[in-house]
Amino acid sequence: MTSEPLRRVRITHPRTEAARRAPIRPASREIEEQTALGEVYMGSLIRSQRRLGVIVCGLVAALLGGIAVFGALATNLDRMHLFGLPVPWLVLAIGIYPLLIAIAIYTVRQAERNERGFIELVRRPNQPIDPAPPTSERHDRDVSLS
Amino acid sequence: MSHGAAITAVTLVAVATTVAGSRGLRRARSTGDFYVAARAVTPRWNAAAIGGEYLSAASYLGIAGLILAYGYDVLWYPVCYTAGYLVLLALVAAPLRRSGAYTLPDFAEIRLDSRAVRRAASVLVVLIGWLYLVPQLQGAGLTLATQTGAPSWLGGLIVCGVVIVAVAAGGMRSITFVQALQFWLKFAALLIPAFVLLAVWQHRDDGVAHGYPTAPRDATVQIGSATTVRVPVAESLEMHGVVDGVSTVGATRLTAGQHRLGAGTRVVLHRGDVIPVVTSLPAQRNESWIRPLGSGQDHPLYATLSLILAICLGTMGLPHVLVRFYTNPDGRDTRRTTLVVIGLLSSFYLLPTLFGGFGRVYAPDLLLTGDTDATALLLPERMLPGLPGVLLGALVTAGAFAAFLSTASGLTVSVAGVLSQDMLRRARDRPRAQRIRSFRLSAIVAIAVPYLFSLPSGHLGLAAVVGLAFAVAAATFCPLLVLGIWWPRLTAAGTLAGLAAGGVLAISAVLVTIVGGDADGWWGALLAQPAAWAVPITFIVMIAVSLATRRRVPAGVGRVMVRLHAPESLIAELRYADRSSS
Repeated sequence: MTSEPLRRVRITHPRTEAARRAPIRPASREIEEQTALGEVYMGSLIRSQRRLGVIVCGLVAALLGGIAVFGALATNLDRMHLFGLPVPWLVLAIGIYPLLIAIAIYTVRQAERNERGFIELVRRPNQPIDPAPPTSERHDRDVSLS
Repeated sequence: MSHGAAITAVTLVAVATTVAGSRGLRRARSTGDFYVAARAVTPRWNAAAIGGEYLSAASYLGIAGLILAYGYDVLWYPVCYTAGYLVLLALVAAPLRRSGAYTLPDFAEIRLDSRAVRRAASVLVVLIGWLYLVPQLQGAGLTLATQTGAPSWLGGLIVCGVVIVAVAAGGMRSITFVQALQFWLKFAALLIPAFVLLAVWQHRDDGVAHGYPTAPRDATVQIGSATTVRVPVAESLEMHGVVDGVSTVGATRLTAGQHRLGAGTRVVLHRGDVIPVVTSLPAQRNESWIRPLGSGQDHPLYATLSLILAICLGTMGLPHVLVRFYTNPDGRDTRRTTLVVIGLLSSFYLLPTLFGGFGRVYAPDLLLTGDTDATALLLPERMLPGLPGVLLGALVTAGAFAAFLSTASGLTVSVAGVLSQDMLRRARDRPRAQRIRSFRLSAIVAIAVPYLFSLPSGHLGLAAVVGLAFAVAAATFCPLLVLGIWWPRLTAAGTLAGLAAGGVLAISAVLVTIVGGDADGWWGALLAQPAAWAVPITFIVMIAVSLATRRRVPAGVGRVMVRLHAPESLIAELRYADRSSS
């Protein structure tokens, strides 16, 4: 950037109309127009949702796999009874369902929170997020989504 | 009298479904109408409708039967049928709705912009749909035969007839309302008998005894075709017919081990007789029946873990599940609908377990014929003599037929849609009348083929065959959906290679298991539960080939990713901004 030739810079009084119409764009436009900046925004949402997906799948895998492996290791567990049922049956026939529902509620809440945060971020309309002129950076694919 | 009640119940359900299906014609003419009407559908109704379509013969009858035969290990089926929706909620639900895809091939085409991938997905939808339809039709045949003594091909034929009439008349799936009612019918049809049977059980205070299952009371069992049974302990049984090639009448001394019973042999079980078990099912003591991994399979921990993987990941790839998500107005409501589905399934699946447990105590003689899928149907009459038992049995039968009809029609519509759109050469370009005719023809093909496959009776068990359908879905559509939604670098070539690898591996494993029967040792275990190795292979192939062809990442992928993940409210805002600025 330092080697760039000097550009003509327009200097205006901050309280004039011109200053307010400076090339400051809401982030939602960046997303709509597929700019690099828009991809950064979208990428952050996708990453947060993907992290949630990985966490939830990890929880489910740990829960189900844990019960299966524990059942294989603790062989005398079936002789223990609770409420007239063998403990492994109590866990897998009844007890696990409230846990699955709880994880589902967590997933929905967290996913909606991620989306709300994202919308708030891109809706802040007139904030200078990127001071560089946006036109020069369109279709620059350096910043990938992954 | 017992026959009369069951016949009335089946007739009522069949007629109600046909009428509701044909009235739907006026309500929903196209996917467009369907879509607009759907905006009025709340997550609760939608969730009940998803449940209505999802709870199939396997859930309704199969699980109870498998629990009777195998015990604790089968509890994983209902748990994973529910957990599958949790995985779907976390990874797929909202983005899939936002993609606007109506079927899995639609999604593949939208995401990868490739007709070839669309074709491959279509072929897989048809295969998985058929694999799932076969047990539905077998279950219908079994139900009707058990409850009315009809020949076993009749029940499936009735389901085919009703589904074809309903689908041809208006596509019954288009009515969320009917599917939702079917869910509540199924739920009530198990819940009411469950409460009554619980009361009876409390009153009698019977438990699962130690040792091998014994006859709870005198019963006569008729052997249909010649079968081999395993007698757990040496005993004397009253038999009329041919045993080990020798004709016998009356008390017969049997050694412990395998014996061949000729066709038409009658076994008269007296109270306390240890029940011989057909060789396709394990003959185990009740102690190991209760114990985790006690179902007598080879390598039970591997089988359990692989089954968990197959069902949890396969749910998202079932053809008739995805289509229902389209009725949600937006991605956010799709998530909420899925949450309600998980709640509904969690309550429903308490019931088949209860029936399975009661089955071990009150109907263990089903182990002799292997018709354990009839457990839930027979229990009311076994536990409750007289008219109340008959009426409750008829109620369970009605619920079972609701299960066959709703799942079979959902699958038929999905498969027929794919057949007419993708197989019968670009149906979209043809005039409307021809298009409808081709859809109706496809509907007939879509259900006639699995009906033919359902005729030779196998003893694999409803839930087991359905489990194989899940395994194929997990090894093909799960990687396509997960990578398609979360990994922008997926290419059409990678997807095709992955679908081919996963599809060929999983389907051949399934075919070997169905046709070849049980192999022993590690080979048998790996083939019977292919998900644990087939799913990772598919993922690896898809990722590796995509990376090798990274120059061919579809051009519009960024735009598709925005569409999949951006909340609808934001998209609407963008559209508005676009219009006002131009």
